[in-house]
Amino acid sequence: MILDTLPAAGERRHLLDVDRLERAEIERICDVAVEMREARAARAYRSLLESETVGLAFYEGSTRTRVSFELAAKALGATVVDLGVAGSSVGKGESLVDTLRTLERTGVTTVVLRHAASGAPYLAARTTGLAVVNAGDGMHAHPTQALLDALTLREALGALDGRTIAIVGDVGHSRVARSNLGTLVRLGARVRIGGPPAWVRGFEGRPGVSVATSLAEALDGADAVMTLRVQLERAAGGGVPSLREYTRRWGLDEDRMRLAAPGAPILHPGPTNEGVELSAELANGPRSLIGRQVENGVPVRMAILALVTGAA
Amino acid sequence: MTGGSFGRLTDRPASFLLAGLRVIDPNDGTDAVRDLAVLDGFLADPARLDAHVERIDATGLVAAPGFCDLHTHLREPGDEGAETIESGARAAARGGFTTVCAMPNTDPPLDEPARIGWVADRARGASCRVRTVGAVTIGRRGEALAELGAMADAGAVAFSDDGAAIPTPRLARAAMTYLAGLGLPLVEHAEDASLSAGSVMRAGPTANRLGLAGWPPSAELTIVERDIALAAETGARLHLTHLSTAAAVEAVRRARARGLPVTCDVTPHHLALTDAWVAGSRAFSWQEPADDAAIEADRAYDGSCRVNPPLPAREDALALLAGLADGTVDAIVTDHAPHPTQRKLVPFDDAAPGLVGLETALSLGLAAVDAGMFGLARLIAALSIRPAEVIGERRSLAVGQPAELVVFDPAARWRVEATDLASASANTPLLGMELPGVVRLTVAEGRITYRVSS
Repeated sequence: MILDTLPAAGERRHLLDVDRLERAEIERICDVAVEMREARAARAYRSLLESETVGLAFYEGSTRTRVSFELAAKALGATVVDLGVAGSSVGKGESLVDTLRTLERTGVTTVVLRHAASGAPYLAARTTGLAVVNAGDGMHAHPTQALLDALTLREALGALDGRTIAIVGDVGHSRVARSNLGTLVRLGARVRIGGPPAWVRGFEGRPGVSVATSLAEALDGADAVMTLRVQLERAAGGGVPSLREYTRRWGLDEDRMRLAAPGAPILHPGPTNEGVELSAELANGPRSLIGRQVENGVPVRMAILALVTGAA
Repeated sequence: MTGGSFGRLTDRPASFLLAGLRVIDPNDGTDAVRDLAVLDGFLADPARLDAHVERIDATGLVAAPGFCDLHTHLREPGDEGAETIESGARAAARGGFTTVCAMPNTDPPLDEPARIGWVADRARGASCRVRTVGAVTIGRRGEALAELGAMADAGAVAFSDDGAAIPTPRLARAAMTYLAGLGLPLVEHAEDASLSAGSVMRAGPTANRLGLAGWPPSAELTIVERDIALAAETGARLHLTHLSTAAAVEAVRRARARGLPVTCDVTPHHLALTDAWVAGSRAFSWQEPADDAAIEADRAYDGSCRVNPPLPAREDALALLAGLADGTVDAIVTDHAPHPTQRKLVPFDDAAPGLVGLETALSLGLAAVDAGMFGLARLIAALSIRPAEVIGERRSLAVGQPAELVVFDPAARWRVEATDLASASANTPLLGMELPGVVRLTVAEGRITYRVSS
């Protein structure tokens, strides 16, 4: 049996997804993350995970997520091994399952998995005895990003009950957006998504989610706005005719943000394309929580590692 | 389930008497409890059988014309680790099939007469009759027509580039024009590759939730409509295989109403399974789905649910069931597509498409019958005489005919276990499930090809 909800202390669990996290569990993760932030500053809990060996298996390029997991694991005293997928036997055609089983035999206890294929962490959880933390799988989920976004929003806005959060951009291809829909709705927020039709299709009818057909409609009175990285290949793939056209219709700047609630913050999971999905002025201005999101990455991942291994 | 024993088409013709079973022959609407006798491989009058002929108590069992699978991947030549003609024919016999049609997407493909002949030679003495479907284009590359007439002379019963549609309307028109002259059907895998590129499951709410790229129904419908127009224009026989959408079945219904020579088939997995299986559901299409927001972590993204065309939306599966019930859908085919574990125990995007089906086709059909989707006689017709007609084979349970039949217990249930399957592969999401319907005896060309002794 795979348990993808978190956890009573003392049991090894997985974090595959946010879909089954109850509100109380999301809030507990945020609370533990706050505790971890303080612990890290005070250099406490330095041996909490000393019996753990955490393997970083990033089959897709990543800087901030991989680095923040590594720092989180080390801050709690875990042994960390980076699989360095690009330069290992994985590149020679070894299957994911074989690689992870090998890791397990070498003594790795927890794997942090980033993979281009949706569902890869489920396969890892089914076929190995490792605790599996999903660090982003295909278009499906990026649970730790959504949890750090929830923490960031909670610290900026207070409780999210009844608040409206707009998510603008390529929602359909975005694991960040999918996981955010799950956590934000669970925390009582209303989520409004907006973007070119091909990028918001299929979300109609989800509880707590509405689809806007223009940027003005998406932003109207929103308490916070999250925008997503526009990927050139997605634009060329038919979502929008060009990046320039995207920016014209859906790009965010200070002027357009006036449609949102006064002072509404802007979030972005990074890396940003300044001048495409949002202006440099907005990304670096007073509304921006982008730096806070990055800062919250390490404590949230400390919390997750402690929780899945049963240490917290 | 207790394993049975296999026989071969080169065995001696059999003689036996089946006593007191329900005989269903859709040729003439026969559905009666009586005895069925086989003497030296031919159906005989039970009253005229010698006393020494083996008498089998068959109370509670059903006899039907032997099944004919228009769409089977035997993987030989080229992929013998997944299946061989020998193992695939055994799986067929165990599933009640007396004919399978080997699809040409082997390595090398069956695109020239010598290769058609090679398969026939390899299949001599197998546990079922193996007919061949030749490739439409050289190398299945969709560029130039293969030697269709020479392959027909070598024994090909139909032509298909299965795995892909004929890519351009112009080439499809040329192929159908030529096949009209041969009188043989084009078996079309209806999929516009430019619409389906990159997709791994049926588009819809489940694909959206799972973050998997969705296959749009238009990918099927555009080729179906194109080919119907070409059939009307060329007079070719068009057989659309493994249809998976309501819209495609409706297009066939309209074409047939116009009197066009269009036939079609569906697979058991498109009738009974749905796209929710990719999220871990194991509810059949006719059952009310459970909470559709749940991803079953134990089973979600299971590579055994990856198949092309993808498992349908529930409303499409129900339309396929209705199409079978009203006769728009002629046949059930397995699209038996064996793959070894290593091609399935991978992330869903990377899993090889296809599932094994020869040994579970009857059982899924019976589950649909039990659920009231259509009658038993309709199921049997769709597995036996209707597909046989497409390739010019006859099936009959009348006295004097060669014995070509299956006997099964419709009430017995069995658990699908990888180790029990006669196929060399076990890639099916039905593993571990209990299904109705156990084949007890299969007879092809008068020889016992599979038998469970009780």
